[in-house]
Amino acid sequence: MTQTTEAPAGNAVGQSDTPTRAAKVTSTFAKALNAALADAMEADPAVLMFGEDVGPLGGVFRITDGLTARFGEERCFDTPLAEAGIIGMAVGMAMNGMRPVVEMQFDAFAYPAFEQVVSHVAKMPNRTKGKVRLPIVIRIPYAGGIGGVEHHCDSSEAYYAHTPGLTVLAPATVRDAYFMLREAIASPDPVVFLEPKKLYWSKEEVDLADLRRTFDDGEAPRRIGRAVVARAGTDATLITYGPSVPTALAAAAAAAEEGRSIEVIDLRSIVPFDDETVSASVRRTGRAVVVAEAPGFASVASEIVARVQERCFHSLAAPVLRVTGFDIPFPSPKLEHFYLPSVDRILDAVDDLQWED
Amino acid sequence: MSAVTNQGREHATGSADAPALQSTDSALLPSARPVQLVDPDGHHTPDERYPSPSDESLLGAYGRLVAGRRINDQANALVRQGRMAVYPSSHGQEACQVAAAVVLREEDWLFPTYRDTVAVITRGVDPLEVFTLLRGDWHSGYDPYEHRVATQATPLATQLLHAVGMAHAAKLRGESTVVLAMCGDGATSEGDFHEALNFAAVFHVPVVFFVQNNEFAISVPLASQSVAPSLAHKAIGYGMPGERVDGNDLAALLAVLGSAVSRARDGGGPSLVEAHTYRMQAHTNADDATRYRSADDVDRWIPKDPLVRMRSYLSGLDLLTEDGEAALAAEADAIAAVIRKGLNTDVEINPAELFEYVYAEKTTQLREQAEQLCEELARAVEPAAAGPDSAASRTEGNQR
Repeated sequence: MTQTTEAPAGNAVGQSDTPTRAAKVTSTFAKALNAALADAMEADPAVLMFGEDVGPLGGVFRITDGLTARFGEERCFDTPLAEAGIIGMAVGMAMNGMRPVVEMQFDAFAYPAFEQVVSHVAKMPNRTKGKVRLPIVIRIPYAGGIGGVEHHCDSSEAYYAHTPGLTVLAPATVRDAYFMLREAIASPDPVVFLEPKKLYWSKEEVDLADLRRTFDDGEAPRRIGRAVVARAGTDATLITYGPSVPTALAAAAAAAEEGRSIEVIDLRSIVPFDDETVSASVRRTGRAVVVAEAPGFASVASEIVARVQERCFHSLAAPVLRVTGFDIPFPSPKLEHFYLPSVDRILDAVDDLQWED
Repeated sequence: MSAVTNQGREHATGSADAPALQSTDSALLPSARPVQLVDPDGHHTPDERYPSPSDESLLGAYGRLVAGRRINDQANALVRQGRMAVYPSSHGQEACQVAAAVVLREEDWLFPTYRDTVAVITRGVDPLEVFTLLRGDWHSGYDPYEHRVATQATPLATQLLHAVGMAHAAKLRGESTVVLAMCGDGATSEGDFHEALNFAAVFHVPVVFFVQNNEFAISVPLASQSVAPSLAHKAIGYGMPGERVDGNDLAALLAVLGSAVSRARDGGGPSLVEAHTYRMQAHTNADDATRYRSADDVDRWIPKDPLVRMRSYLSGLDLLTEDGEAALAAEADAIAAVIRKGLNTDVEINPAELFEYVYAEKTTQLREQAEQLCEELARAVEPAAAGPDSAASRTEGNQR
């Protein structure tokens, strides 16, 4: 197969809810999440927000900033410092008509709640043949790239993705952060909502009031279970999600300068998984690299490779490769750049996709 | 010098800022001896703090006790006959089971464990729906909302947090719901037990934590589980009252649990009740209790049997006649007959349901897997039709 030299015409295809207003208003990822929470609480009195330091402080990342002042301490409140307690209490509240949104302060601090998540949040609807639905959103600031110390940078998505009953989301753009959190809160199923910490301060030209109107008018396309082509290309597909999306896009841009047209798929939704969008892209390009920050062994990335080769075997010109974290505990701040998937490592993987014959 | 905080607690000022204890704090401690209103011989032993339940309510509850014992016996028999996978019996603990159910109103919620089948049935849930779990047809067979009974919890203490959330939501909506959450002595070692009591106390929600201390967590005796003066003593650590009650005394259980429920309903917050009882049988039929306790240990509890005790008490007062006793036995037999008949009838199971409730709407992947299972089942039903054609299509599929 010969290389395609033509660069892709554009990026960010597949989004139909781009605001039409010309005003250049920007928002950060964090502000979009904050607005989504506020708008959901405004829209539905059953929506509650609780966790550690989410009250007057507004959360350690300020995602819940101002919610207690605006909605009162009955609707946005601090709990005792116990994660199983937070999620276990959310289960009971959801059984009794509430739509709890809870914050686990950091990825690794969610582990004490693992039993509640796996044995009850995920299983209760099935256990009761759907009589009990648990519309709970578990927000988890996650992954690395911020120079965090141990227990503050884990990519824990595989634990949740491996647990039937959970929806697992990881937004990568400001717009998706808003719409996906609104959609998660509205979902009848429990959602593990992974917020890439390193993207909290990323900015986009977005008018949050426009996003609210779009969502409230029912005009935001569904994102749960729907991947998106973040950058169109023809030679190879990078399949990624969450914190690795900007890295993959940067790699695609660099590859374009070298004459390779790389498509980037932002999964957004790890569970449910959008086989259709991913397979369609790989069948078109014939080559794929999965990029994710978590250790690669028995990971979401492994699952994606398996699914792609099961569905696209006859379209593949090369084995599907992975660029992931190493199979080691997340490193200390000064060492994390050796671990994280980088543009160079992604480009090396793309180079290894058997281009010669 | 002292200052009152928003918690109403006095904090000492000066060199040490540790809060001063209030004189009322010791009232959170349980009674020195478990509350008892009827002794093992059936004699009334009044307690000025806990008025005895009315004769009428005692007689009514006694009927449930008779039925409870019959349900345990019937369930054990069905396990032996292979009609049920397993049964964790509450034999000897039926007074706790009955009291936990009858102290609640319709608007209240019960959060039971796997050993609390009798409590669940006493609350009104259809016995056959309850036994769905243990006969192995599904993980839970009843609609929790119908009688306000949560699913029977198999993991230990996790349900106590759900009870707190249930009560918290009710409180936020201004409802008068009280939640009674059950667990055993072993569960008090679990982290979720502590978190549940702490959350309940901090949020001041209407939950009654009811610990049936039956002295064993499978094989491990209480002494290896906790060296607290009593399990009810744990309550003061969270700022809620704890009380101990004779767990084989139906009258005392009704009085103590009833008082805790009223307190919760009146805005008094959560409390912990520890019932001292005994697991007369093995953990389940799969357990061998002779490996960790002697027959003598068990025999010592026979004279304390809750059923015999209440029968002596009621008979002594001429509240229970032979005819009355026979009528209650007949009612219990009728329930047992329904259980027997139901469990001796195979229920049609539908494998397609396996995929039905995992999510509100099946994912693409679950739709595919459901179709796969469906096709496998269709092939199994018509083996002749699935012969060469099926093999051919498999080959074709592989060469696609």
